[in-house]
Amino acid sequence: MFLVKKASLLRNLIAVVGGFSIMATAIMVGIRVLSMKGVTHNTYLTNTEAIDHVIMGGEILLMCIVFFLSIKYKKYYAILLSLIGTVPVLWMDLSGNAVEGFAHLRVDFLSAVMILIVGIVGILICIYACGYMKDYHHHHTEVADRSNYFLALLFVFVGAMFGLIVSDNLGWIYFFWEITSVCSFLLIGYTRTEEAVNNSFRALWMNLLGGCGFGFALMVANMHFGIANLSQLTSIVPRQNMFVMVPVTLMAFAALTKSAQFPFSRWLLGAMVAPTPSSALLHSATMVKIGVYMLIRLSPMLKGTFTGVMITVIGGFTFFAASLLAITVSDGKKVLAYSTISNLGLITACAGTGTTEGVWAATMLILFHAVSKSLLFQTVGDIENCMHSRDVEDMHGLIIKLPKLAFIMIIGICGMFMAPFGMLVSKWAALKSFVDSNSVWLVLFLVFGSGSTLFYWAKWLGKICTVIHQSYELEDITPRSEMISLVPLTSMIVVMCFAFPWMSDHMIQPVLNEAYHKNIPNVIGGSDVVIMMIMVAMIFIIPIGSRFLAIGKKSKMTMSYVAGVNAGDDRHYIDSFGKERPLYMSNWYMTDYFGEDKLLAPSIVISAIIVIVMLIIVVGGAF
Amino acid sequence: MAMTVLKVALYILLAPILGGLMEGLDRVVSARMQGRQGPPLLQPFYDVYKLLAKQTTVVNSIQILFVIAYLIFTIFTGSLFFGGGDMLLVFFALSMSEVMMVLAAYSTNGPYSALGANRELLQMMCYEPMILLVAIGFYEVSGSFMVNDLIKVDSPAVFKIPGMLIGFLFILTIKFRKSPFDMSTSHHAHQEMVKGLTSDISGNNLAFYEIAEWYDQVLMMGIVAMFFICKNPVSIIVAIVACVIFYLMETLIDNVFPRVKYMAMLISSWVVILVAAGTNLLILSVLD
Amino acid sequence: MKISKSPWVLHYDGSSCNGCDIEVLATMTPLYDVERFGIINTGNPKHADILLLTGGINAQTAPVVRQLYNQMPDPKVVIACGICSCDGGIFKDCYNILGGSDKVVPVDVYVPGCAVRPEALIDGVVKALAILEEKRVKVKESMKQGYCTVDYSKIAVRMKAEDYDPATQYDAVLTEEALREQAEQKIAQTAKPAPKPATPAAAPAAKPAADAAATKEGGNA
Repeated sequence: MFLVKKASLLRNLIAVVGGFSIMATAIMVGIRVLSMKGVTHNTYLTNTEAIDHVIMGGEILLMCIVFFLSIKYKKYYAILLSLIGTVPVLWMDLSGNAVEGFAHLRVDFLSAVMILIVGIVGILICIYACGYMKDYHHHHTEVADRSNYFLALLFVFVGAMFGLIVSDNLGWIYFFWEITSVCSFLLIGYTRTEEAVNNSFRALWMNLLGGCGFGFALMVANMHFGIANLSQLTSIVPRQNMFVMVPVTLMAFAALTKSAQFPFSRWLLGAMVAPTPSSALLHSATMVKIGVYMLIRLSPMLKGTFTGVMITVIGGFTFFAASLLAITVSDGKKVLAYSTISNLGLITACAGTGTTEGVWAATMLILFHAVSKSLLFQTVGDIENCMHSRDVEDMHGLIIKLPKLAFIMIIGICGMFMAPFGMLVSKWAALKSFVDSNSVWLVLFLVFGSGSTLFYWAKWLGKICTVIHQSYELEDITPRSEMISLVPLTSMIVVMCFAFPWMSDHMIQPVLNEAYHKNIPNVIGGSDVVIMMIMVAMIFIIPIGSRFLAIGKKSKMTMSYVAGVNAGDDRHYIDSFGKERPLYMSNWYMTDYFGEDKLLAPSIVISAIIVIVMLIIVVGGAF
Repeated sequence: MAMTVLKVALYILLAPILGGLMEGLDRVVSARMQGRQGPPLLQPFYDVYKLLAKQTTVVNSIQILFVIAYLIFTIFTGSLFFGGGDMLLVFFALSMSEVMMVLAAYSTNGPYSALGANRELLQMMCYEPMILLVAIGFYEVSGSFMVNDLIKVDSPAVFKIPGMLIGFLFILTIKFRKSPFDMSTSHHAHQEMVKGLTSDISGNNLAFYEIAEWYDQVLMMGIVAMFFICKNPVSIIVAIVACVIFYLMETLIDNVFPRVKYMAMLISSWVVILVAAGTNLLILSVLD
Repeated sequence: MKISKSPWVLHYDGSSCNGCDIEVLATMTPLYDVERFGIINTGNPKHADILLLTGGINAQTAPVVRQLYNQMPDPKVVIACGICSCDGGIFKDCYNILGGSDKVVPVDVYVPGCAVRPEALIDGVVKALAILEEKRVKVKESMKQGYCTVDYSKIAVRMKAEDYDPATQYDAVLTEEALREQAEQKIAQTAKPAPKPATPAAAPAAKPAADAAATKEGGNA
């Protein structure tokens, strides 16, 4: 439908109305499931022949798209990977080796939580995209305006996400999995520049590789175990049947590629070339969350196994290395990308431990990360539209230049690392789960990683908070449709801070009960909740209080101290010849020590070795 | 409950007095080490009194907000600790208050403040891992993050986690802004970047900052004491003696070492943390 | 408790031959040890109570001295150290020397000597402390009037070498006290004390202060 409509008011209207109706449905479904305590809806669709044929056709179609574009851009390796992934699965389906008779759909608490995330955050991003793409093409005249196609892809993507979350049949999950891979490939390549094409193919081959892993897992599950759905696979007790770890490991491997862990994180960095809504969508709500969603599903199986240990090591290592790398980059979106990778590493590590606290922390992290990160991406996109730069250094004094956006940005960044906000609470639970599972290396990765996380966020925050004298306010050209997306997300962060004990009780605990098939004690204690509430309250009371108490009203305003030669605006000084010179203090990036050229290659090599070792030992050891 | 309130109230009232005396002692002892008579013991109080009496100059009004937030969060952190709260939460609140101070410096847009803020952030990056590890170390000892549970253990924590103590003492030098690592701001005149972090803070705000530092010092010494306190009441005396010894040791280090470059600080602190605390943790996990 | 128990000093070298500066530093050595009186050499005008000037003032240093003085919070005193700083000394007739420190900032204590002796210097500081205490009482009273909210941040002293005219330039430049008098007059003119007095417009060598963003900042707490 979007393909037909020209860029117009009508299109925006349809997108907004359609988006909100999807969101409303998602919220309704989510709340209904959450309010029904402990009921899992397994749906077996009897007449699935038609749907199965559609899915098969879809898989062939996806393969054809990959074929066509690979030949067009002469990247033949993608064809190979696509063939390896798709053909065996098709053969299995056609030759009747696929198992029938299990539930196709399943809506449980974890699905409900994910539906809420995708429904709210994903749709808000789509709405944001309507306004954004107009500005984007206004600034980038060299890129052909295909924004209808772009919007359509975004909605297809979100649709695939919903499909993936509610499916229980492995074949269906595989189909949606491949849709997201190909969609992200098309989104990244949107601008059709050489860089975009290269990056999109990198994303494609990495994700197809993961898809191959998933495909093989699917085959093993079907043909060896006679199981066609995920919930049954995860209910096998691994100690009784070691061979079950083979499909689990392969699926975990696929999850690693999807959630961009080292050594597969370069596709996520490359995804930066695409317009902002797609990076927001890829990074916050959908693409990368599929991987960790899958890991959380598998998490009870991973506890105490070799695969689990390896997954946690990769996750912990990614958390640490990516946060060091994030220090060295000044491109706002790149900082966000590295921070995404590092946070996903943490989620992966949490899920890999397989403990209840680990899953609790992982689910919490997914929730908070989705909201904060999509907000940050969108704000950076708006700032870029207003200032024509997304460099952190250019955000110097943003609080004066673009106060509204700066305020939103500050809340977003605080949500990522400050104490009473959600991410840190989850980190706290993560630390507890690591200590309980006795994984020393993971603890070390986490503590050193959080040190560097603090560094790169705080210096960004500092740049925004700088007040420049005699600066002027820039024109805020953020359209209202983008504000429709930004304002709810901002308020969600704040509300979630207050609501997290409730969320823990009503959203996360049921997920745990369900995953472990028993009632488990509360992860977070009562007195801690009270203390955290006090902290959140203080954050909001201090600014208001200081305003009412008129603190500092009597203070005298002076210039900043520049050794007595301040030229009057803190940005110039008078040199020894009496001339005015500009003065600017940049942040520290320490590229000589943690630069991308120094750290990226070694960390990819190290993590690649870990992944290969994991696959060889588990898959090879089973035969 | 009443006990907790009493403890917190005592901390809020007594900590600035104790912290000021500690700083005064530090200055007197430093002066004696250099062959000078030095200021009176109560000098820090005179300083803060003077600062409160002076006019406050600011570069912008956000600055005041951040400095006050720094003070309040530091007091909050200390209250949480002395009230027997969760160790990890204490440290998260601590890093939050530090970030407030950094933002106060950033917001001024002064070159010396900005440099001080960057250096302060680097210092935080150096000591943050160790601070979290200390909490984990205490958890290994008592099986709980709550301070209240930890003071009831059978034998002092230091027997089980001596490596943690070494690491913590190392970062204490950074935290107290003592000489090899007093990069972001320092108590001395020999500063190549004026006063760094506090360059553009004056009058009342500087007084608030000083008071917050006192609270912070008492909190840090409280954590050192935690290594020695156990069920036995005698251990409290041991802890106090240990605190005094370690505090004077920091003064000595301050007077003996010249300042290092920031990379030397980062590498040395991380190596010490990894070797001392990391090995300690590894051994504990093997023993379990 | 008197605030004079903790005087923090900012030392600035106008154009001294470094003789006096060495003596200033000598007061901090174990022999004289001014920290006995709580005196600290801060090197930051925003923390300082006493501005200690050595050497005569020249075209290069005049604006700097004034800016440092303006950045010091009230109450504050200025000590001219050594004969050059008192009235120009042996450099008085040099083409580039304006004269003593009192050409640019109001000096409270003059400590002559070439070079100044540390004992005399300490004596001068002790004298300055009495003045500091006096000024503090005054400031306390005037703070009640509320004129301290005057936004001085826009008053930069811009001076280039070619602007230099020893005869007129610096006597005409208003010191902060003069600025404050102007502000006081302005307050007196209006019936009730204005919450946000305007920046004195008549300040020579001042930058135009009409800046929306900064004015807004001034009003926020």
